[in-house]
Amino acid sequence: MKILVCIKQVPDMESRFKPDNSGTWFSETDLAWRMNEYDEYAVEEAVKLREQLGDGCELTVLSIGPARVGEAIKKALATGADKAIHIQDAEVAAKDPWQIASIIAMHAAGQGYDIIFTGMQSQDRGSAQVGVLVSELLGFACATTLVGFSYADGVITAKRELEGGLKGVAALKIPAVVTCQLGLNIPRYPTLPNIMKAKKKEIAQVAVADLLKNEAFTSTASFHPPAKKGGGIVLEGDVNELVDRVIGVLKDKTAVLR
Amino acid sequence: MKTLLIGEYREGKLLDTTYELLGFAQALGAEAALFLVGSSSQLPACSNKLYLADAAACGEYNPDLHRELILKVVEQENPDSIVFVHSSYGWDLAPRIAARLKAAQISEIVALKDGAYEVGCCNAKMRRTVTAKTAKSVLTIQSGAFPVLIPGGTPTVESIAAATSSNLEFKGYEPAEAKDVDLAKAEIIVTAGRGIGKKDNVPTILALAKALGGELGASRPVVDAGWVEHSHQVGTTGQTVSPKLYIACGVSGAIQHLAGMKKSDFIVAINKDKDAPIGEIADLLIVADVMQFVPAMTAKVAA
Ligand SMILES: Cc1cc2nc3c(=O)[nH]c(=O)nc-3n(C[C@H](O)[C@H](O)[C@H](O)COP(=O)(O)OP(=O)(O)OC[C@H]3O[C@@H](n4cnc5c(N)ncnc54)[C@H](O)[C@@H]3O)c2cc1C
Ligand SMILES: Nc1ncnc2c1ncn2[C@@H]1O[C@H](COP(=O)(O)O)[C@@H](O)[C@H]1O
Repeated sequence: MKILVCIKQVPDMESRFKPDNSGTWFSETDLAWRMNEYDEYAVEEAVKLREQLGDGCELTVLSIGPARVGEAIKKALATGADKAIHIQDAEVAAKDPWQIASIIAMHAAGQGYDIIFTGMQSQDRGSAQVGVLVSELLGFACATTLVGFSYADGVITAKRELEGGLKGVAALKIPAVVTCQLGLNIPRYPTLPNIMKAKKKEIAQVAVADLLKNEAFTSTASFHPPAKKGGGIVLEGDVNELVDRVIGVLKDKTAVLR
Repeated sequence: MKTLLIGEYREGKLLDTTYELLGFAQALGAEAALFLVGSSSQLPACSNKLYLADAAACGEYNPDLHRELILKVVEQENPDSIVFVHSSYGWDLAPRIAARLKAAQISEIVALKDGAYEVGCCNAKMRRTVTAKTAKSVLTIQSGAFPVLIPGGTPTVESIAAATSSNLEFKGYEPAEAKDVDLAKAEIIVTAGRGIGKKDNVPTILALAKALGGELGASRPVVDAGWVEHSHQVGTTGQTVSPKLYIACGVSGAIQHLAGMKKSDFIVAINKDKDAPIGEIADLLIVADVMQFVPAMTAKVAA
């Protein structure tokens, strides 16, 4: 059994985002980077499956991006992936989901993966497209938004999360792509011995030009903050003074505080 | 301009989000036809053309078959855009159509802007304006972003069917867990977000809720991490609430959370980040450390 998990490195969402010189994406100055939250669940689920299947199973982690994504890759290796492929792309931010999916599919086509895990969406771009596009390009079965995953005898049982807490259960024959939703599992923290072991694991480096054959289907004209609707009161300062002012506002504006 | 709207149907019912698609088509100024895997006893109230496949025969969740049906209609109608709601049905199916048509997909549109589409990014903190470079495009719209339009009337129905093999088999629905708290009845809700830092801090938030005579709410990460029961979750995959007072403690204001609480009468947000998107809908934004502010407020309220 060969498993692939695709991870993206994204900025910490509590950062302040400022447009870059092109005005179409954010400037990377002063940003802290981490693994896309949804992908942490994908890695954990892939590692759990890897453990379930034991010997003869191989888990590869893949990430497209500049040198910094090596950090996210190392985290996945320390969590339990066997090896990694880093597709080097300094211009990854300019690629649209169709191109990212094409790169992943081009790599996967010759590899004989049985199951591919992705996040349901990336936190920065948030298109929720890449996993499904990969499944179409490879002709794999696909289910999205998983909050439950189990595997036995060539069949995945996927529990999809629908609106309002309803869930839908589907059985998929492998090869398949599944996209992982928040809460699918409880991602583990890599232990120190596993971090040490991960240092010896192989990270294959591939130039993006070797895998990218497709032009972008979309183009971005601008990156900007939402128009401020305003109206709300903003209070800052000493906590005790704030409390008095807040209670004052609540007494004034709501009927619930007397 | 011609558009094909992909309606939604679940557990034997037409979903209301279908009418947001009609609202979007109007905003676009496009001539709209509809596609639905549904039932002739649950027709949308409009007089548009409707391509209808029978859900009893096709299955409500059968993406390979739904894809083939839509591709067939696309061939017949030749629309410029194919529009889905950005929902568990839409984000699952839209890329399958886009890949087959070799068409651009633009996800989670929140507004139209000079012929381009505005989409959210960076956890709703920022926006991008995007255009399609292909002749046809596949679009998903954010639920709640466009007005609901119920034109009335009866659609002109054309029945369609298709066959395809699939490696996916739908096994059925699992209902939402039973609720032990009905947040919809609460007049005051104090919600714990990830910004509270750790599980040990939940009682501090609960104490404010109790002091105010309200209930405890929670954002999703707080529930996923096991700090608070799912029955307290507010948002698209939790409960929808509209209390007289909603206090969001360390909640960033992601769209899926806002969808569940934006109708609250008065919204207070406590956040250390002045730019957090929750500030956009808060009547009162308190820029402070939640674990300093909340105990101080509880003490004053209880006094
Ligand atoms: C299909 C789908 C369905 C979803 N359904 C839901 C849902 O029903 N409900 C829901 O809530 N989410 C839902 N989500 C998740 C949603 O997208 C967000 O990830 C989530 O709402 C974020 O929760 P949060 O605001 O608590 O955490 P974060 O986004 O991590 O925000 C934490 C906030 O706390 C602030 N903060 C940090 N430390 C402090 C401090 N010391 N003092 C004050 N402020 C601080 C930060 O500035 C930040 O704004 C869903 C996502 C998807 C894709
Ligand atoms: N640069 C990337 N490298 C590897 N995987 C990616 C990359 N971008 C997106 N993905 C995967 O595709 C998923 C969905 O991303 P998106 O379609 O951008 O929302 C992510 O959760 C990742 O699993």
